[in-house]
Amino acid sequence: MARAYQWLLPHPFLTLLLAVVWTLLQNNISFGMVVFGIILGIIIPRMTAIWWPDTPTGIRFGKLGSYSLIVMWDIVVANIQVAWIVLTVPNAKLKPAWIVVPLELRQPEAITMLAGTITLTPGTVSADLSSEGHSLLVHVLHTDDPDAVLDDIKTRYERRLKEIFQ
Amino acid sequence: MSIEVIGTVAIALCLLIGSGFVAVGVLGLLKFNDPMTRLHAPTKVGTVGIGALLLASMGHSFLIGESSMHELLIMAFLFVTAPISAHFIAKVNIHSRSCETPPAPPEDATWSTLNVDEEFEAEVLDQR
Repeated sequence: MARAYQWLLPHPFLTLLLAVVWTLLQNNISFGMVVFGIILGIIIPRMTAIWWPDTPTGIRFGKLGSYSLIVMWDIVVANIQVAWIVLTVPNAKLKPAWIVVPLELRQPEAITMLAGTITLTPGTVSADLSSEGHSLLVHVLHTDDPDAVLDDIKTRYERRLKEIFQ
Repeated sequence: MSIEVIGTVAIALCLLIGSGFVAVGVLGLLKFNDPMTRLHAPTKVGTVGIGALLLASMGHSFLIGESSMHELLIMAFLFVTAPISAHFIAKVNIHSRSCETPPAPPEDATWSTLNVDEEFEAEVLDQR
């Protein structure tokens, strides 16, 4: 039974996500569309299973929810900050910097989430990963104190992601 | 005030905020003068700009009674794809050496974008 379940639903969360996306794409909720969404949600993960070698297990969805709320709030704040920098700081006074973030995260999914979060939040863009994946290169638009930005990334985002992915 | 008036005002406000942020993003793209700082303005300011515009669109659809949820999907896809495109533009900048060369990573040999076989790269350039 467990093996049949494993074969049919290698990625249960992906199945759910695909069904929800399909229903949203239809823009109305009818029984047939939900069923078709679930069928798609079963077929697509099975067909793409070779590209998902290991399923991330033990994701804490409660923490993921609170993390999303923090990130959304940060995105709004970041937008106002960057807009302010664009409008008020002249080019000559701009202090861009590279920051190297040593990574404690190991799962590719977790690193991807961290990189995405960094790009969407205050004046930072994640630019590159080191050749073995042990550190992340981040570009900062305007900062007086690069170490403070590094601290912020480590404590605000990476620590929380570590808790989510254990 | 009826709900329609309040809704219309809220939608207009969303449109103004959204277009304001998008305008700032474009301004940043024009104003900054090196490729890496240029990247910052559109990637971030764009998300809230487009988000506010989509919120206005969704509010309008509910106000006229034809509720639409497509906007949520657009927002979700935008949040997933914006960092990827920013990442690729940054990688191109590093690869073509059109920005300051980043400091070396502490643990590994080099950054993955700079980790290319130089002979192979020269060969590819020759063939062009």
